[in-house]
Amino acid sequence: MRRGRLGKIASQAGLYVSALILVTPALSFFLWMLSLAFKNEADNTDYPPVFIPNPPTLANFIDVFEKNDFLAYTINSVIVSFSATGLALLLGVPAGYGIAKAKATKAAVLILIARVTPGLSYLIPLFLLFQWLGLIGTLTPLIITHLVITVPIVVWIMIGFFEGLPGELEEAALVDGANIWQAFRYVAMPLARPGITVAMILAFIFSWNNFIFGVVLAGRSTRTLPVAVYNVLTFEQISWGPLAAAALVVTAPVLLLTLLMQKEIVAGLTAGGVKGG
Amino acid sequence: MAGAGIQWVAPGAVTGAGASGDAEGDAQGDAPGGDAPGGDAPGGRPRGIPVEGALCAPVRAPVGDSGLAACGIASSVGGMSTAVAQSASHMTPGAVPPHPSGHNYARRYWMFAAPAALVVAAVIVFPWIFTFYMSVHDWKVSGSTPFVGLANYAKMLTDERFLWAIVRTLVFTAASVIAPLVLGVWAAVTFAANFRGRGLARTVFVLPMMATPVAISLVWTMMFHPQLGVLNYLLSLIGLPPFAWVYDSTTVIPTLVMVETWQWTPLVMLIVLGGIASLPTDPYEAAILDGATAWQMFRHITLPLAWPFIVVAAVIRMIDALKAFDTIYVITLGGPGTSSETLNILLYQTAFAYYDLGYGSAMVVVFFVLILLISMVLLHVCQKQVMS
Repeated sequence: MRRGRLGKIASQAGLYVSALILVTPALSFFLWMLSLAFKNEADNTDYPPVFIPNPPTLANFIDVFEKNDFLAYTINSVIVSFSATGLALLLGVPAGYGIAKAKATKAAVLILIARVTPGLSYLIPLFLLFQWLGLIGTLTPLIITHLVITVPIVVWIMIGFFEGLPGELEEAALVDGANIWQAFRYVAMPLARPGITVAMILAFIFSWNNFIFGVVLAGRSTRTLPVAVYNVLTFEQISWGPLAAAALVVTAPVLLLTLLMQKEIVAGLTAGGVKGG
Repeated sequence: MAGAGIQWVAPGAVTGAGASGDAEGDAQGDAPGGDAPGGDAPGGRPRGIPVEGALCAPVRAPVGDSGLAACGIASSVGGMSTAVAQSASHMTPGAVPPHPSGHNYARRYWMFAAPAALVVAAVIVFPWIFTFYMSVHDWKVSGSTPFVGLANYAKMLTDERFLWAIVRTLVFTAASVIAPLVLGVWAAVTFAANFRGRGLARTVFVLPMMATPVAISLVWTMMFHPQLGVLNYLLSLIGLPPFAWVYDSTTVIPTLVMVETWQWTPLVMLIVLGGIASLPTDPYEAAILDGATAWQMFRHITLPLAWPFIVVAAVIRMIDALKAFDTIYVITLGGPGTSSETLNILLYQTAFAYYDLGYGSAMVVVFFVLILLISMVLLHVCQKQVMS
């Protein structure tokens, strides 16, 4: 008994140490990012480094928005990611249902291959296509290419979710004379709401984070935030404060979403390593 | 599982997934979160399927696919009407199966997928085909595009820059699979245990993979700065000389592997954590009674039982490492010189800096085949290991 309790305390302590070691690289990285973004320029280039901003300043953020037109890029990012996520839900939720009900493993494999394909390989043909259609320089090509990321995520998560739902309720609805569309719309879909939430969050995040499509397809005025931040780097290499502030502006929505919805995100990501691009 | 109790068809692969999926579904409720109500987690299958189902499917394609066309339809006829009949008789005893046209269901369910199928055809399948078409042409952005057969592919064989890029990609990938795998399993075991603050710790641990890659790459770049970077300062605190990080051709790849590991260990952790959560508890109880140590339990219970999930994590990690782009592009752009130019970076340069779209497309095709080949080999090898 006593040994057991001692052992328990020891293993608890071991767990805390282990968790602490595991969390330190992520935690210190993001703290350093905050520190860079809220320090003034003198402190940022000081050596040895200043760790705690004293006093914290918002100058870097003001700088980013005034000099770099970040508001416009933020709007671009919002339009692209929301449209791509919305369209993907519209297309992908019914598709996931259909594939789950028809037990179409082949379709699931196609989604999987899409997951394997490097994002760049979509870009060459689509770039030519959009050029030919005269769409380069508008947001449309970005929204369409972001579907390459969002649709597979939504379909993949929804297949799993609909397969996990008990079929009896829909069958009862069918027996009562509903058609399969109604069974889907009024029975299966409300039940699948948690799955839809997971799919939506993940599709949005991976669309928001995407860089490679924007770098190729976006013009000067149609840059999404990640592309815009990358350009801050190339123009003002030494000014770290604004750079860190810009990086924080891009990634803050995603980090906040992750912290707030951690349960859903963990559930969704455990569901088979979804990742975009 | 849907289609309750009627374990029909399931072209080989899926049956197994279904079984393991059920176990997870039960475990999910209490295990990965006392905080995750079972209803919020997608049912077991998505985790099950990559294990025995979908990821294997390409390998076992002949079995699954040929079976599918035939039994897919036939069985859904049987399955569906049986299901309807069952539930019908369950609720209204003696009722006649109300859907004489039940055999159309499978086809009708396809209508749900039709719009998505159209979009997938346009933005995913069309690019595949067109890439292949371009790869056999001399395709620059302007001018004519003559057919050149396999010349683009032949060019690769003597293109030293390309061959080196392949070597670098393989080295980078090997390291970026092994390190996250080891750390990820460790993290999964840690976060599978119960301790206070676990939820928060796990969320913080997951942040690197959710954060915008460009943003974190920029911060890493600042940390690598040879004079002012915080990393070299930290090294100096423990009495080590400054490190060259990404500014030297011998240290750039290990440094990028470090970033990749930092960023993607969480995904390995999550997949393996899902596996560990689905494990039965009785072997552990028996082991504790027998006085087994934590290491022994890990080595002889957790590791073998969670192995299929570790394999899936390894394959996914490998695919992502082969495709790594954002971090390398932002941090080094393939430099110094070409010493961190992986296949994906070279591909980008060829297509969008030199606008040699034909040659770039041929590289894409080779790259794609390479990814498929390596994933199949890895799956095959690891599965054999499970058997033995």
